[in-house]
Amino acid sequence: MLLIACGALAREILALKAANGWEHLDLQCLPAILHNAPQRIVPAVEAAVEAARGRYARVFVVYADCGTGGLLSAACARLGVDMVEGPHCYSFFEGNEVFAAKGEATAFYLTDFLVRQFDAFVWRPLGLDRHPELRDAYFGHYEKLVYQAQTDDPDLTGKAMDCAARLGLAFERRWTGYGDLFWVLDRL
Amino acid sequence: MADDEIILSELDDEELVAQMFDDLYDGLREEIEEGVRILLDRGWTPYDILTKALVGGMTIVGADFRDGILFVPEVLLAANAMKGGMAILKPLLAETGAPRVGKMVIGTVKGDIHDIGKNLVSMMMEGAGFEVVDLGINNAVEKYLEALETEKPDILGMSALLTTTMPYMKVVIDTLKEKGIRDDYIVLVGGAPLNEEFGRAIGADAYCRDAAVAVETAKSLVGRKHNQIGA
Repeated sequence: MLLIACGALAREILALKAANGWEHLDLQCLPAILHNAPQRIVPAVEAAVEAARGRYARVFVVYADCGTGGLLSAACARLGVDMVEGPHCYSFFEGNEVFAAKGEATAFYLTDFLVRQFDAFVWRPLGLDRHPELRDAYFGHYEKLVYQAQTDDPDLTGKAMDCAARLGLAFERRWTGYGDLFWVLDRL
Repeated sequence: MADDEIILSELDDEELVAQMFDDLYDGLREEIEEGVRILLDRGWTPYDILTKALVGGMTIVGADFRDGILFVPEVLLAANAMKGGMAILKPLLAETGAPRVGKMVIGTVKGDIHDIGKNLVSMMMEGAGFEVVDLGINNAVEKYLEALETEKPDILGMSALLTTTMPYMKVVIDTLKEKGIRDDYIVLVGGAPLNEEFGRAIGADAYCRDAAVAVETAKSLVGRKHNQIGA
């Protein structure tokens, strides 16, 4: 079985695979930067699924909706493949039900991946390296940065605190582990 | 080099407007404000400055954003520059009785605090001659209803950035239907995760991909509505 996954989940999926002995799962990642361009996710997934046909008996898409507004789900249905439920990884890392119940409109989330790649995925794409004065236009309505920790890494926590300070937000570290991602992959 | 410095006041009108397009593109707020003042001093009407210099320039910014040449940070800087020019012109536009195309109430839906796209739409709609009542972020259906009752706009605009909040637009539209007032308004929706199919499915009049499309759609639908009323 082939997992076609967001590159931002590569480390987590490989860690789960190794810890649980899921030898039947192969992993193919699409560029993580699609996180910043949801309109490119559907065509990229479609192409990857089509390319895998004939090579794998089953394909599973390790993306949630991820800002595609339902289009990824429709594409997966068309292609006859399943995908992760939920709006995005922030939600399935916490558990979709728990995340929805919290309804935190003013929280800005970072995962382990996004903390590591904060400059490449947040700071520079938003132009904050060149125009720090834009910070409040983007983050003025946010109140806190929630670091959803998949692993227990004091260095990452320190870096996440620094990210919060740079964005002018309060900081909260929230241990999530792999959340629903484990249960989703465990069923395959 | 000082020799290369462009003195805006030394440019003729055509050159100055072209330079303002460049300055808007580069997000130079002070230069835009200076350009607006110069054109006012030369006897241009506020409406002409708005439409020919500012909106003209922002239209190029919008097209290059749509085509992937410019990105959000550059658009924000351009919008900020335009805002500077608009701040000078707005009171003058009110005094000089510039043509008003229609009125719009706009807001980001409940549970959503993102307003960059909405703010761009508001600004471009104002630039196009619409009166805009901006409800801000995180609006519950009651807030929209109250504003519709008070402001009596032609258009209701709703914005959402999140997959989790965009379904709330349907809640608002369904409530308008329940109250029998849905057809009193043109409903435009927009936001990154939306698409035309979603717009149709929730019963909006149109999905607008970006601010420029919102303005064109608004003008076209308001024109049609007025024709219907006149018929």
